[in-house]
Amino acid sequence: MAEIKRHDNRLGLWGWLGGGRWGIERYAYILHRLTGLGILLYFLMHVVVTSLRARGIYLWVEGGVFHQPMFKFGEFLVFAAFAYHALNGVRLVLVELGLAVGKPIEPVYPYKTSLGVQRPLLIAMMILAAILLAAGGYNFLSLAK
Amino acid sequence: MPAEINFHVTRYNPECDQAPYVKTYRVPVREGMTVLDGLHYIKDNLDSSLAWRYSCRMGVCGSCGMLLNGRATLACNTQILHIATTDLTVGPLPNFDIIRDLVPDLLTMFEKHVAVKPYIVRADEAELDDPAGEFYQSPEELGAYLQFTYCIKCGCCMAACPTLATDARYSGPMPLAAAQRYNADTRDDGRRARNQLTGSSHGAFRCHYAGECSRVCPKGVDPAKAIQYLKRQLVLDYLHLARRKKPCAKMHGPGQGKPLANITPAPAKTV
Amino acid sequence: MRETKYWTWHMAAGVVIFFLLGLHMLIMHVGGITHLFAPHGGEATSKVNSLYRDGSLFFLTTYVLLLGVALYHGLYGLRTILFELTLKPAVEKAVSVVLLVAGLGLFGLGAWAAFATHAIAIAGARG
Repeated sequence: MAEIKRHDNRLGLWGWLGGGRWGIERYAYILHRLTGLGILLYFLMHVVVTSLRARGIYLWVEGGVFHQPMFKFGEFLVFAAFAYHALNGVRLVLVELGLAVGKPIEPVYPYKTSLGVQRPLLIAMMILAAILLAAGGYNFLSLAK
Repeated sequence: MPAEINFHVTRYNPECDQAPYVKTYRVPVREGMTVLDGLHYIKDNLDSSLAWRYSCRMGVCGSCGMLLNGRATLACNTQILHIATTDLTVGPLPNFDIIRDLVPDLLTMFEKHVAVKPYIVRADEAELDDPAGEFYQSPEELGAYLQFTYCIKCGCCMAACPTLATDARYSGPMPLAAAQRYNADTRDDGRRARNQLTGSSHGAFRCHYAGECSRVCPKGVDPAKAIQYLKRQLVLDYLHLARRKKPCAKMHGPGQGKPLANITPAPAKTV
Repeated sequence: MRETKYWTWHMAAGVVIFFLLGLHMLIMHVGGITHLFAPHGGEATSKVNSLYRDGSLFFLTTYVLLLGVALYHGLYGLRTILFELTLKPAVEKAVSVVLLVAGLGLFGLGAWAAFATHAIAIAGARG
């Protein structure tokens, strides 16, 4: 049989980020990924920079290259990423271990899914993240004065 | 008074097209008309070369999964005026190769489905091949997997899954939900065999609960929920915390059971 | 089942990080409100406050523990993302090896720094 030509219709990276008629958990997933990558990038550099203190080099204290408002703001962004990633992570641990998705139900129209079961947890975690963010923001602004 | 809707349909003919393109058709639409009806209108009146796959027309066979206005769903149980006022985009399910126009190649999904052993696995194979009795299962035990049996293999979940957008080897929501359907079945004893695949580097752990599969499923199967149960069981199995249960035993042979007192006897055989 | 093992520890590491990095963040980024573990006043990140924490056995232990679990959690997360790009098996193997070597290297560097600074801080405290 002759091989039939086919067109590859895989969405690629756009399929991760693609907006449109997606639900809130899809955006939570994308943001979890982006904040994770951001925190990791910072963390790897952070290990190297802070390790220099063993040689008496403190680049982040007053007079050091990283003691500038730009880096302070960058650190606030890392803190914001942490606040989101950590609290969304709590939800994910509970969901991915099957503890916050409810029990199997008989699908009767209009269908209810586990997304609705874990939604209150998602909202609660985002409120906590917002509170943490406000505290970090207050701290950042009070230091900037 | 019928409305006119612009159907922006993805077209692709492997014999002459380098890549898919979009062709627009104006379709008169009455209330209650489904997207499948609209496609039939195009084929009958505007362009007989349009190809798509369908069979039952009532959301049972799972053949007409398509991307309608960016959402994977069945063309037969989606009414045009519910999702469009002037324009409607109709494309083939993404994350599958396109064979022609709106026809996706679902073979990759079925291969992954077969790989998870979507059937009862037991040591007493002779009993499965030539049953001599009935297995006992309570309604509660049935409830543990019933939801996941409603899958019609339409592929909508696979098209909506963000991981499958880049990871061609990921098993995907449909096969993993099928694995959980059998893992949770008390007649089955194949969980540890399935764990080899569901716990592999392209198995259940590639799911990050974006939830799209459950959102688009036209049968309310909730594959995302099934996958999280799979993960919990995999972790419990790894930590040796899962209770080792034997599959349910055979109850009695055909005709040997005791009927309840208030059930009238079956009529005499006529054949 | 190897992935099950990796993923289980990825989750467990996440829980440990939640508490340890949470404490770290409360000290460093909400220090203006909490004033935790900064007995010399001013910024929690100042040299004297850093040296105070470096001299503590509790911080030495938790720094090294946090370093290890955070490297594992972060690098496994990166591996997950890379593995979802349909890499060739040989490339997957190479990615795993590179991440493992990078992780061990950074753990060695960070742990050495934590122990070395602990010694400096203790020597400083003794005068």
